[in-house]
Amino acid sequence: MCGIVGLFLKDPKLEPQLGAMLTDMLITMTDRGPDSAGIAIYSGAKDGLGKLTIQSADPAKDFKDLDGDLHEALGQPVTMKVKSTHAVLEVPLDQMEAARSALAHLRPGVKVMSAGDSIEIFKEVGLPKDVAARFDLSKMRGTHGIGHTRMATESAVTTMGAHPFSTGADQCLVHNGSLSNHNGVRRELIRKGMTFETQNDTEVAAAYVSQKLKEGEDLGSALEAGLEDLDGFYTFVVGTRNGFGVVRDPIACKPAVMAETDQYVAFGSEYRALVNLPGIEDARVWEPEPATVYFWER
Amino acid sequence: MQTFDLEREGLRALNSSLHALKGQTNMTAWEVINPRGAHAIAAGVDAPVDITVRGSTGYYCAGMNKQATIRIKGSAGPGVAENMMSGTVIIDGDASQYAGATGRGGLLVIKGNASSRCGISMKGIDIVVHGNIGHMSAFMAQSGNLVVLGDAGEALGDSLYEARIFVRGKVKSLGADCIEKEMRPEHIALLADLLKRGEADGKARPEEFRRYGSARKLYNFNIDNASSY
Repeated sequence: MCGIVGLFLKDPKLEPQLGAMLTDMLITMTDRGPDSAGIAIYSGAKDGLGKLTIQSADPAKDFKDLDGDLHEALGQPVTMKVKSTHAVLEVPLDQMEAARSALAHLRPGVKVMSAGDSIEIFKEVGLPKDVAARFDLSKMRGTHGIGHTRMATESAVTTMGAHPFSTGADQCLVHNGSLSNHNGVRRELIRKGMTFETQNDTEVAAAYVSQKLKEGEDLGSALEAGLEDLDGFYTFVVGTRNGFGVVRDPIACKPAVMAETDQYVAFGSEYRALVNLPGIEDARVWEPEPATVYFWER
Repeated sequence: MQTFDLEREGLRALNSSLHALKGQTNMTAWEVINPRGAHAIAAGVDAPVDITVRGSTGYYCAGMNKQATIRIKGSAGPGVAENMMSGTVIIDGDASQYAGATGRGGLLVIKGNASSRCGISMKGIDIVVHGNIGHMSAFMAQSGNLVVLGDAGEALGDSLYEARIFVRGKVKSLGADCIEKEMRPEHIALLADLLKRGEADGKARPEEFRRYGSARKLYNFNIDNASSY
């Protein structure tokens, strides 16, 4: 069991409240996943700048003077905003790869949680309310976001095993369920050049979608292809820079409820997660059909 | 009328109050407000009372119901009226997966759609769905009646025993050992009664339905097939 929440805003007036709305939804899903929690938020791009969200088990040591050290290495200014075990680096877009290589060299203990011009990912072990407080998630603004509460089945309860998983620029994926053919799919993807941080099944699904997008497919067709290639139980919610997608396996044991109004599209593993959203009483509420891809893009 | 604010008073207080109602009671009308998708609302009731839930419910609402009439003025989450023994459960909206699963008696009415596995392993319950039902509905259903005014999803009645299935709309596919059967006068009469009790008699006529049942080829041990078991 795990809990998923997601929110795609259509009404820009709600953007300042995205973090608060998602945090409330996330905490409601605590009893579906008390092991760890995470959130991916798309907070919008700044001209010419990219964002790297990084994580360290020893933030006091790793994040000390990291912006200055990166500035020196890249010859370009880098800003850093530290949030507990995570930090968001703003780097010139054309320096993103250089920054990642410099980072690996300067601070080998640091992991990259996400990279892109809009996405930020924060995830940790612990109760969702504690994870949310640690990263001050309720203060975040953005256009869309996805959250996950984890009850681990396929791999260890670690920070890197928490969801969302990001395996491509501005992409992320969360999962309720378990895959049965992830080892085989992982080997195929490694052959195609993807790299993996964990033994987790969900990371394989994320990388699968990233590989398809890299091959030029759109989100819809990448998820369609996944219905053929990924075996097991799943409800996936996927985020991209502009969009938000949902797909359930053909058996569809893993619960999913969606709600749509003029202001938003919302996803919850259970209806409970949606009850505080504005206008939910009059929203169109439905269960996504099995083996059917849904996505919204702006 | 007893009004119970679930958000203020909590689920355990509600269910223990309902479980305390034994035999004859003068507290026969209950209203539950602020359900907000909570789990197990009014599960395990065993008294001839009328309970109205004002909103949508989470997992297992009205599970194991005996005697009570429970109305949900919203949609119901997974496992609504699971293993119902008797009484009536009426849902104004949609029902999630495995509505009425393993139900042994009583009547479950879903005025919207039901998703997958509706009536899975039903054992005597009657289920009337005004809309459509999802895939694998009535899987291994043993007895009782499943009536669907709309369409049915894939693998309807797979590995069916003796439950009867009536569908007015399209059936995407029949499961193993489920076949269409002739509608005889006794089925028309049975259906007329179920539609009436299911508050659907104004919406559909019994003659519009097709009947599905077990071909009875799968569930009897066949000595000739011993080597393949």
